[in-house]
Amino acid sequence: MARDHLIRVSDLSVTYCADEGMPIRAVDGISLEISPQEIVGILGESGCGKSTLAGALLRLLPPGAKSEGGILFRGLELMNLPEAELRALRGREIALIPQDPALSLNPVITAGVLIGEVLRAHLPLSAAERRQRVKELLCEVGFDRPEEIYSAYPHQLSGGQRQRIAIAQAMACRPGLLVADEPTGKLDATLQSEIIELLSKIRQQHGTAILIISHDPAILAGFSDRIAVMYAGRIVEVGSSAEIFGRPLHPYTQALMRIASSMITSAGVISRFPAIAGESPDPGCIAEGCRFEPRCSERMDVCSQRYPQTFLPEPSRLVNCFKYGE
Amino acid sequence: MNYILRRLLRAMLLLVGVSALCFLFTEMAPGSFFDEMRLNPQISPETIAALRSSYGLDQPLAVRYARWVNAALRADLGYSIAYNAPVAPLLWSRAKNTLLLTTCALAITWLISVPLGVWAASRRGGLVDRAVTLASSFVISVPELVIAVGLLALVVRWRILPVGGMMSADSDALSMLAKLKDVARHLALPAFILILCETSIIVRHVRASVLEVLGATYVQAARGLGMSQSRLLFRHVLPVAANPAISLLGFSLAGLLSGSLIVEVVCGWPGLGPLILEATLSRDLYLVIGGIMFSALFMIGGNFVADMMLIVVDPRIRKEGVDAR
Repeated sequence: MARDHLIRVSDLSVTYCADEGMPIRAVDGISLEISPQEIVGILGESGCGKSTLAGALLRLLPPGAKSEGGILFRGLELMNLPEAELRALRGREIALIPQDPALSLNPVITAGVLIGEVLRAHLPLSAAERRQRVKELLCEVGFDRPEEIYSAYPHQLSGGQRQRIAIAQAMACRPGLLVADEPTGKLDATLQSEIIELLSKIRQQHGTAILIISHDPAILAGFSDRIAVMYAGRIVEVGSSAEIFGRPLHPYTQALMRIASSMITSAGVISRFPAIAGESPDPGCIAEGCRFEPRCSERMDVCSQRYPQTFLPEPSRLVNCFKYGE
Repeated sequence: MNYILRRLLRAMLLLVGVSALCFLFTEMAPGSFFDEMRLNPQISPETIAALRSSYGLDQPLAVRYARWVNAALRADLGYSIAYNAPVAPLLWSRAKNTLLLTTCALAITWLISVPLGVWAASRRGGLVDRAVTLASSFVISVPELVIAVGLLALVVRWRILPVGGMMSADSDALSMLAKLKDVARHLALPAFILILCETSIIVRHVRASVLEVLGATYVQAARGLGMSQSRLLFRHVLPVAANPAISLLGFSLAGLLSGSLIVEVVCGWPGLGPLILEATLSRDLYLVIGGIMFSALFMIGGNFVADMMLIVVDPRIRKEGVDAR
């Protein structure tokens, strides 16, 4: 692991304080580093706190959410940065690619202006320069005829085109880190691979680090350098992409990989089968022990007593499971 | 273009429907203008029959409607029995006064409501927001009639403003400027009541539509790209929030003739309201129908104006017709 991280998240927790009932801890003590130019994937079921993590990195959480811990970005501690400086950082240094491009583009603003707005917020360009830059960006994300796209409204574009616009927005100021929250979640399979290819190209050309969040192992395979597996608000395993896919250590990861491979063998047949027996725990009431214990096929006595600490069975591999130590 | 044409066609159909219903309902309503004459032994039934036939009321409904439509197309809305005068000029002389009152009130209402609603929404839960919400729910929960009578009583007791009519008895002797001031003083009370009641509704709608857009995913996304708060509000939120507000403005315009009826009657403003009320009570047939058609025309016109404004503001609506551009 490289010494100088681009961003270093240490012991980050996010708690949603509802008006009534128990506060919900969506993200619970997550630590993660991303080096410059690195692509890190976060893999986990829906509801495991992935999107909350993305919001927390940009310090953009709904009111009522409380975050603790540290986020060190290029030597800057984001947790105690004033709002004005955070705003200057968002879109300029860390940019978010949102989940659903159909909802994330303003319906009454043309695509060109939407991208231009990001430039306008951060860079002192004239209107003409901005227009020129937007056209370059449109070419960069794969539009052949930027003139036409420039003056198109979001409803006139297809889902894939909209996601390219969202990527162009995020890339407009050449940020150091892209946070992509399920960037292909709402697209069909062929478009998914196009968007993933585009993101790889962006990393190659500009050296942008990418944190990509997905519930689908197939999206992350071959794209991300490292993968962190998340379960019920915590990271349970971290390893290189090859390691996670080749030799998953945590029982949860192993179960995920079995499903992924069974889906590949039965390609073409889309069936709704229970992914892993049981359900992930209600984030409102979480037991003392390992959170995967109720669904785990290899549980031991100790698993229900306390949460497994982080073990390093191999250098550069982290796993929270008692199979790898006591 | 298609869109505009379709809207125009629909407006025409609506006018035909409203007028037909008007005739049908007035036919079904019990009593007629001549009922009181019938009770008078000095007027012979023959005289009444002659009067009825001179107004064309002895004809069957279909014939009367056909004649009325034919005349209405030439801006002739029939004859008022009570005033013994053509309906159209009669209505227009009163409508002018109503329009003076309602346009003043409408303009001020919107000038207050939009900034106040936006302000309240952008500082949600703040002092302004809470004050606006509380005050508007208070005004909404009190009937307009009660507010009007209450304010009238206050004004009369404190003698701050002249009450009744739209100018003083000696106004002919005044200079132009003094005349204007005189009308304004008479206008103040009914206008204030209208503004109070309308603002409390519209400010809530404006606030709600701005709040809805502020919570939209694309506003969150824009915030995630570092837009400043003011830029976000004015460039990203307000153009979208304008859409429902413009529809609402259409309704406001539509109510220009009919919305002030209660206030006019209570304050004695010589507008359409008292005229139509009287005409309805005395069953002055064509005056009632004419008044309703006038209001319907404004209703349709108001909505049409709103539709046109929406085309300008919202590209999603424009889309329907844009391909023919």
